[in-house]
Amino acid sequence: MRVAVLRFPGTNCELDTHHAFTQLGADVEIVWHNEQKLPEAIDLVVLAGGFSYGDYLRSGAIARFSPIMKAVVEYANEGNCVLGICNGFQILTEIGLLPGALKRNNNLHFISKFQTIKVIHNDNKFLSQCSTQEILNVPIAHADGNYYINPEQLDEIESNGQVLLRYCDSDGEPLAINGSLNAIAGVCNKNKNVFGLMPHPERAMEAILGSMDGKKMLEGFMN
Amino acid sequence: MRAVVNVYLKEGVLDPQGKAIAHALDSLGFGELVKGVRVGKQMVLELDSNDEASAKVEVEKMCETLLANTVIEDYTIEF
Repeated sequence: MRVAVLRFPGTNCELDTHHAFTQLGADVEIVWHNEQKLPEAIDLVVLAGGFSYGDYLRSGAIARFSPIMKAVVEYANEGNCVLGICNGFQILTEIGLLPGALKRNNNLHFISKFQTIKVIHNDNKFLSQCSTQEILNVPIAHADGNYYINPEQLDEIESNGQVLLRYCDSDGEPLAINGSLNAIAGVCNKNKNVFGLMPHPERAMEAILGSMDGKKMLEGFMN
Repeated sequence: MRAVVNVYLKEGVLDPQGKAIAHALDSLGFGELVKGVRVGKQMVLELDSNDEASAKVEVEKMCETLLANTVIEDYTIEF
């Protein structure tokens, strides 16, 4: 299993992500955004969290024009797996690999805490090790995580089974943590090979750090 | 030549910053007058051109590709 983790100026979760996938037994390479090509024979590309280009203009708006992104779009269009975590999710919506957009949280706060999320669909590589309706506890840390999509497309992604994760309370009821429509925390594309989520699974890999639920999520890519 | 680009959240997309400012104006006593606030971004582009029509076409391209996210935002261009 070979994983490429992208690093843009301002990315700050690439080492955690590298550590997480290494812990799962993957061979991980960090790739600078100015590269034109992805490394040979990789099985997964991860866009890690952070503040690419200082979140100037909009989160992810400038990173999407980095040279490496052309290769990422080709890689995704060939049906390969791409995962965007937090700022990575924002970049994937900006470039159009994922539907919708992420706006400022409704309460205008940077929300940084452990948050329960519910698995909606596990018929995909990412969440294949989780059960549907399973409640996971994973850190969130974002100011722009308020998922928006127009009403027609919202119906479409819901009926296509593209909404993979929702914020929820401890009983699994949807929770309006940041204003996201339908409490959406993570989505995928129609082909279910491009995934994006605001929570940080790479920060929930060890019990001593509060949760191992992120490990369960990322393990899906290892099979 | 100078082009002024204004980018706003689309009508119908909740603008949390605008809402917070409207609330603050209300608590300052302007609530009866102020019906709503929307926060936008203004970008002032210094252009090397004298042809407004052709410049406008280019600035529109800039808006569509980078300056606005048309999933959530509308834009206006003024010269």
